[in-house]
Amino acid sequence: MLSIKNIHASIEGKQILKGINLEIKPGEVHAIMGPNGSGKSTLAMVLAGREEYEVTDGSVTFDGKNILELPAEDRAREGLFLAFQYPVEIPGVSTTNFIKTAVNEKRKYQGQEPLDAAAFLKLMKEKMDLVEIDKSLLNRSINEGFSGGEKKRNEIFQMAMLEPKLAIMDETDSGLDIDALRIVARGVNKLRNSDRAILVITHYQRLLDYLQPDFVHVLYNGRIVRSGTKDLALELEEKGYDFIKDEISLAADL
Amino acid sequence: MIDTSYFKEKFDQLQATDPDNVLSAIRKEGFENFNKMGLPTLKHEEWKYTGISSLFNKEYSLNSEEKLSIADIDAIRLPGHEQANELVFVNGRFDPSLSTIRSASNQLVVLPLEDAANGIYADLVKEHLGQSNRYLKDGIYALNTSFIQGGIFIHVNKKQELEHPLYLYYLSDVRQSHTLAQPRSLVYVDESARLQVVETYLSLGSLDSFTNQVMEMVINSNAYVEYYKIQNDAANASQVSTTHIRQIGKSYVHAVTVSLSGNMIRNNMNLVMEAAGNEAHLYGLYLLNGSTHVDNHTMVDNREPNCFSNEFYKGILDDQSTGVFSGKIFVEPQAQKTNAYQSNKNILLSDHASINTKPQLEIFADDVKCSHGCTVGQLDPEALFYLNTRGISKEKAQSMLLQAFASDIVAQVKPKHLLKHIKELINNRLADKQA
Repeated sequence: MLSIKNIHASIEGKQILKGINLEIKPGEVHAIMGPNGSGKSTLAMVLAGREEYEVTDGSVTFDGKNILELPAEDRAREGLFLAFQYPVEIPGVSTTNFIKTAVNEKRKYQGQEPLDAAAFLKLMKEKMDLVEIDKSLLNRSINEGFSGGEKKRNEIFQMAMLEPKLAIMDETDSGLDIDALRIVARGVNKLRNSDRAILVITHYQRLLDYLQPDFVHVLYNGRIVRSGTKDLALELEEKGYDFIKDEISLAADL
Repeated sequence: MIDTSYFKEKFDQLQATDPDNVLSAIRKEGFENFNKMGLPTLKHEEWKYTGISSLFNKEYSLNSEEKLSIADIDAIRLPGHEQANELVFVNGRFDPSLSTIRSASNQLVVLPLEDAANGIYADLVKEHLGQSNRYLKDGIYALNTSFIQGGIFIHVNKKQELEHPLYLYYLSDVRQSHTLAQPRSLVYVDESARLQVVETYLSLGSLDSFTNQVMEMVINSNAYVEYYKIQNDAANASQVSTTHIRQIGKSYVHAVTVSLSGNMIRNNMNLVMEAAGNEAHLYGLYLLNGSTHVDNHTMVDNREPNCFSNEFYKGILDDQSTGVFSGKIFVEPQAQKTNAYQSNKNILLSDHASINTKPQLEIFADDVKCSHGCTVGQLDPEALFYLNTRGISKEKAQSMLLQAFASDIVAQVKPKHLLKHIKELINNRLADKQA
């Protein structure tokens, strides 16, 4: 479904990604872990289509399409979703109208009729229950005055509404207390199915305890330096990232 | 070449036609002031960024007597007009035959200014007409006073809460000649009265129109006034629009100015707090493109204690459009416990658009709360990207963010049909960006 080959990317002339390779198949949950500054969020931004990041080499195909040529909105309409680490507050834009616009833009792109008000409300209700988000949040402007947990829950709600093929979750666990983390993880688990892939970017093991990823990759200095099963995450949690760094510097010395 | 010598001839003609006119003395004083000061140029501090004198490089007709038909009026009518008192001005003069008064005569009196000055309202007219000259020291204001003709006096009677709003339509017929229209009105809102005023402008024809309007409003205690000005005229239409409001009794004012199109627009919004405990809210939204220029000058003079004023103006400027916001707040020595706030926020959508924003506070009392602030920026790229990642195109995302930016000013339009109308105008304009 997603095939990342030898991706190099830079921002403002600074090389961040230095040759990333990753294959994700439908239904799989992959986790990318790594220390600060390793390029995790850059990878998320490059996949989502942030124009400030320049892809200098490599390719990304999504369902066979070269998505690097598509603007961010078309990547979303193709079924790619990014849950932000820091969801932006947008005063004056109602959350409900925003999501309705988003849903219908995607439907239009896929040649479907827009949802009418009744069908949209029905879908909202269904997904609200699924991800346990309160209606009062959706009556407000986008993320305006939301707590950290409410913002993340709103991201998961949007994911539920847009039904992506691939969801990239950029440090969705950051800034959440243990209860909020549990609710968010429960929401994500409900959205898992055999057609949908999920790429979780995180520092910590704790979200992975809930999500139980199929694969774990360690990103360091712009490259994936280790890949393994969920046991790799446990090893990292136990030993810290230093053991990876040590391994790499050892390898460089040899 | 700017030659305004024809005004002398026109002025003499006007004075000669009716030498005993009750208003001839005030006109004479006005013309003396005009001769002293001339048209304001960029050297005049209050006109530094708004050059109107170059618009007088042609001779304007001042007294064309074009008759308009009811069909012409339809082009300017605003939603809700079926329930409104509609007052129509053609080329600056009140036209009773095109106007409709729906309020009962014990609630609302609308008279030609001369008639009011000769009748039972003589004392009120004498006391209040032209009081704004203390604040407006420039030739364009004096020019309006020089040619007061066809002006109106509006009296809202004591304890009358007008069910029918006042819609004032200013039409300029520029099919045959460039026209200078100079409407003048005096609005007297008596104690405990309630009034909604809506003003709008339309030029018919392709020659140049210049509307130089002065409205003076006097508000008594316990009265409540909503005031809306909608400027959505053609690219050949310029105006200086002066609204001078005096709150002589403890009263409440809520004003919203929406400027969407035109050539050169200058709004003077003056508020004089002449009684303790007054409250006023002034809002403005300017949404500009092409080469439209809009200058909002506000002035709040706090002369008595415990007054509250809040000003909030926002602008979105595209293409080569230019804007000015100048907000003056005076707090006189006796005006203790004044609360006066001011904010001006702008978004520039083009490298060629510009805004000059200048808050000015002159405070002579020590126990006051005053604040001012201004911002000039672009749309937040983080917010745009967020919307893009949800499948919303750049154009639509921009339009949504601009509508959101404008929304807190738009929401200040209280009459429902007018709110809907203004929302539509704004949404259409912002949606244009997608084309």
